Amino acid sequence: MDVNKNSYTLGFAAIMVIIVAALLSVAAIVFKEPQERNVELEKKQNILKSVAVEVSREESETVYYNFIKEELVIDSKGEIKEGIAFDVDLAKELKKDISEQKLPLYIAEVGGEKKYIIPLRGKGLWGPIWGFIALNEDLNTVYGAIFDHKGETPGLGAEINTGNFQIPFAGKTIFEGIEFISISVIKSAEEDNMHAVNGISGGTITSNGVSDMIKERLERYLPYFENQNPETKIEKEVKIIFSDSTLTDSLTKIQEESYE
Amino acid sequence: MSNKKEALFSKKNKKLISDPLNDNNPITIQVLGICSALAITVQLKPAIVMAISVLFVLSVANVLISLMRHLIPSRIRIIVQLVVIATLVILVDQVLKAYVYDVSKELSVFVGLIITNCIIMGRLEAFGMANGPWKSFLDGIGNSFGYAWILIAVAFFRELLGSGTLFGYPVLEKIGLYNLGYENNGMMILPPMALITVGIIIWIQRIKNKDLVESK
Repeated sequence: MDVNKNSYTLGFAAIMVIIVAALLSVAAIVFKEPQERNVELEKKQNILKSVAVEVSREESETVYYNFIKEELVIDSKGEIKEGIAFDVDLAKELKKDISEQKLPLYIAEVGGEKKYIIPLRGKGLWGPIWGFIALNEDLNTVYGAIFDHKGETPGLGAEINTGNFQIPFAGKTIFEGIEFISISVIKSAEEDNMHAVNGISGGTITSNGVSDMIKERLERYLPYFENQNPETKIEKEVKIIFSDSTLTDSLTKIQEESYE
Repeated sequence: MSNKKEALFSKKNKKLISDPLNDNNPITIQVLGICSALAITVQLKPAIVMAISVLFVLSVANVLISLMRHLIPSRIRIIVQLVVIATLVILVDQVLKAYVYDVSKELSVFVGLIITNCIIMGRLEAFGMANGPWKSFLDGIGNSFGYAWILIAVAFFRELLGSGTLFGYPVLEKIGLYNLGYENNGMMILPPMALITVGIIIWIQRIKNKDLVESK
């Protein structure tokens, strides 16, 4: 048999492609279920980890509802919408217009205290990065944060999923007074800097990605925070009135001066 | 087939395994697979996982190509080799994701990198296409080990000197080196230092093995 004939070459290629395609489709179908389950369990495990509940992936299923008391979907105005928070795919939501995005929010109860868990998603160096950040009841102090990534460089950007990187987030605050500052990942952050943690040397782009992700995501929840915390709302209104009065004061002053 | 006449581990066959470890090492002598040697040697753990994956893909692909070697049309042989490698890699990736999720996360993008590893295609083209399945299997194992030990050696030094850890365990901190004023060398975690480390290994290898030094 001449294996170099055109017809044979074409036939060989065609058969090979069909066999490989069939093999891979079967594999994709057979493995789909356990793969999706792994992803789901890991999500639960990560949500629990952000409020410092460390369980194995298998256990996360049973323990999940012991801690997570409410799962909400809210909109950009801070109103609660209908929907299942756990099923919201942030990757898809991020592509939508801000006003149409569904914002999932998990409320956990740990040691009798309420914790608000906000899912994060952003861009690293090579691909998506994501995580969960848990806030205390004051909606200001970070209780815990966890991050993960799809394909950041091991030893560099990939370090965001290690404790060394994540633990310093606890205790940081996202507001300065009533101004939203968020938390940035910077080079050699001072320990008493309430809005920054240390970045990873050699992983600058991933570190910046984490900063941007936290800021962008938390910003979306600000209207909800305000609704939850009437105090901040009042304070803010007072500030607006205050700044208005100073403005009118200075205006009249300028007018008076010009008359003279 | 010829290997029926000779013993399974004849002297010639043993050489298929031992040669790539030293005299004909895929990285230090043939200078193949350098890209992955740079990318995943920042830490020991991914280096080892990568080495195991390459071991599997290379030995199985070499056997498959060897079995098909009389059927493959020579004009599309490279494509056929690539399809075999890619299929195996995707299958491995799917199985890992379904049943050993942690390992799959550890490997992340590097599963895909196996496809582009020139050592694998190099061996399929140079050996699998011309030899029987058993020899090809041994050749695959030998070359994977040759690749593996360089990878692990480079990762060992890069992790130890760059981050002060081994397998994530803070070795240098435990022996109190930092108290003496020692600091990690940040250069070591950047890719150029992998190249320099491989260079140093090649240097040492040639000092020990004079046969490798080209005559002027």
